[in-house]
Amino acid sequence: MLPFAVIVVAFLGVPLYYVIHGAFSTNTGGFTLANFSAVFSHAQYLRALRNDAVLALWTSIGPAILGLWFAAAIVAGNPDGLLRRIVASASGVLAYFAGAPLAFAVIASYGTLGTVTVLINSLFHVNLTNTFSTASILGVGLTYFYFQIPLMVIFVTPALEGLRPEWEEAARNLGATRAQYLRRVAAPVLAPSVIAATLLLFGSAFSAYATALALDGGTIDIVPTQINLALSNNVIVGQTNVGEALGAEMILIVAVVMVLYWFVQRRAGRWLR
Amino acid sequence: MSAVEGIEAQVAEVTAQLPRSRGPFRPRRRPALWRVSIMVIVAGLYLIILLSSIKFSLISASGKYDLSNYSAIFNSADVRASALLSLEIAGIVAAASVLLMLPTVVLVRLKLPRLTIWMEALTILPIVVPPIVIVAGLDQMRETAPLWLVTLLFNHTITALAPFYLIFSLPLMYRSIDTGVRAIDLHTLVDASRNLGAGWWTTIYRVILPNVQTAVLGGMFLTIALCLGEVVLADLLNLPTNTFPVEMIQFANQDNAPGVSVAMTLLSFLFTFLLLFVLTFLARRRGHRTSGVIS
Repeated sequence: MLPFAVIVVAFLGVPLYYVIHGAFSTNTGGFTLANFSAVFSHAQYLRALRNDAVLALWTSIGPAILGLWFAAAIVAGNPDGLLRRIVASASGVLAYFAGAPLAFAVIASYGTLGTVTVLINSLFHVNLTNTFSTASILGVGLTYFYFQIPLMVIFVTPALEGLRPEWEEAARNLGATRAQYLRRVAAPVLAPSVIAATLLLFGSAFSAYATALALDGGTIDIVPTQINLALSNNVIVGQTNVGEALGAEMILIVAVVMVLYWFVQRRAGRWLR
Repeated sequence: MSAVEGIEAQVAEVTAQLPRSRGPFRPRRRPALWRVSIMVIVAGLYLIILLSSIKFSLISASGKYDLSNYSAIFNSADVRASALLSLEIAGIVAAASVLLMLPTVVLVRLKLPRLTIWMEALTILPIVVPPIVIVAGLDQMRETAPLWLVTLLFNHTITALAPFYLIFSLPLMYRSIDTGVRAIDLHTLVDASRNLGAGWWTTIYRVILPNVQTAVLGGMFLTIALCLGEVVLADLLNLPTNTFPVEMIQFANQDNAPGVSVAMTLLSFLFTFLLLFVLTFLARRRGHRTSGVIS
């Protein structure tokens, strides 16, 4: 227990402490609230925050729906089948490994010289690059779908497997239709797990920066980009501390999401264990 | 109608009338539309980028189809060094993660079940803590922490990245090992081992570990995948040497050779996918459910 606690405190706790400490410090080390007032008043920071939140919202709800649907389709199939194995291993790889590498796969498909872009241009004489760029928020969001869907599959599969066939049989025996079973039994049992998983997806999308970094060198207007800019800015004195304040802001938002997650997850435990 | 076909038809008729049973004898039904449609959508999404990437990686800088992007990978000393470095980090982190988490999970399951919910809460954190915030914290630390600590950590890429990748690996490792440990009769195994005179170290690594082998391997492979793909820390901490994914980004952004980046993506994806795919067969032979292991 002790080594675990030491490592978590040293390598997770200490960096977070430095962020929060830096956020309340001037560049000479004195206490100040100026960094936060900059973060919450400058238009560029507020815009980045809004962009990030909107991006995280649609790239969590969309993949949550697709991922839940897909996981249900897989769980309904043969548990030892080849399909199940491929999905299990591919979702593991895609969800955890894929921020940056997936960005290149997306460039190869939908980028300026991407295969899909070239194909559509030669077939329909429509130039996709006029309306869509992989180096935009839309392009980054599209890439998020490719790792958020597998992440959702990983999170909800245990809950779906926990739905007992006996419950459906019992409901059917009592005269319920399949739709009634889904609405009255399956949905309420699954709802907390699904909501909890969606919250995690939101957190993961909100925090992600690898994809943006790989797609366009990390310049799209989201909070991590502003942090990166502030940290590498050597011209304006005290700018790194504003970066720390932006980091503290992200910690705060993620913390709120995690508290919500915690409450929902506790309800999920009631039926599925 | 031949005799065989007749028998088949008859069997089909009989089995159709049997009550739906679970397990291998469930009669084959036509897959439902709701299942097929989503499978087609998802397969389409991923096949598009997979096939596009393969084609893209085969086009050389001069526009011809050849393997030059792949030979560029194998001929570049930088890429070879970065691949070795990344594999080294991945190996260290995966091993350290098992060493750390296996005893911790066993201890919590056996002696401190009250801590389970705290472990779950703590080990989910690294999924949502923004890597850029860790970078920001380390940046601040570099300015204010004692010099010996800063040089100790940041003078070498491995020491700078491995500790934090270890943190990132906790969600994967905890959930994998916990699933594995929950599936075995932990109390009996530990009691038996202890009664025969084994110490805790022997019990954990020679009795429990072989029983949760697949779960541990699942966690290790996912950790390797994570270490081979992480770029935010590796790129932004200004480290002395590049890891494999950072090298990948530089080919696309600085050297303007996205074809090489895509080829590197495909190779590393294939490598990690095969690791996990082979594992699912191992898992089956040992009679464990795979979906739980890889999660």
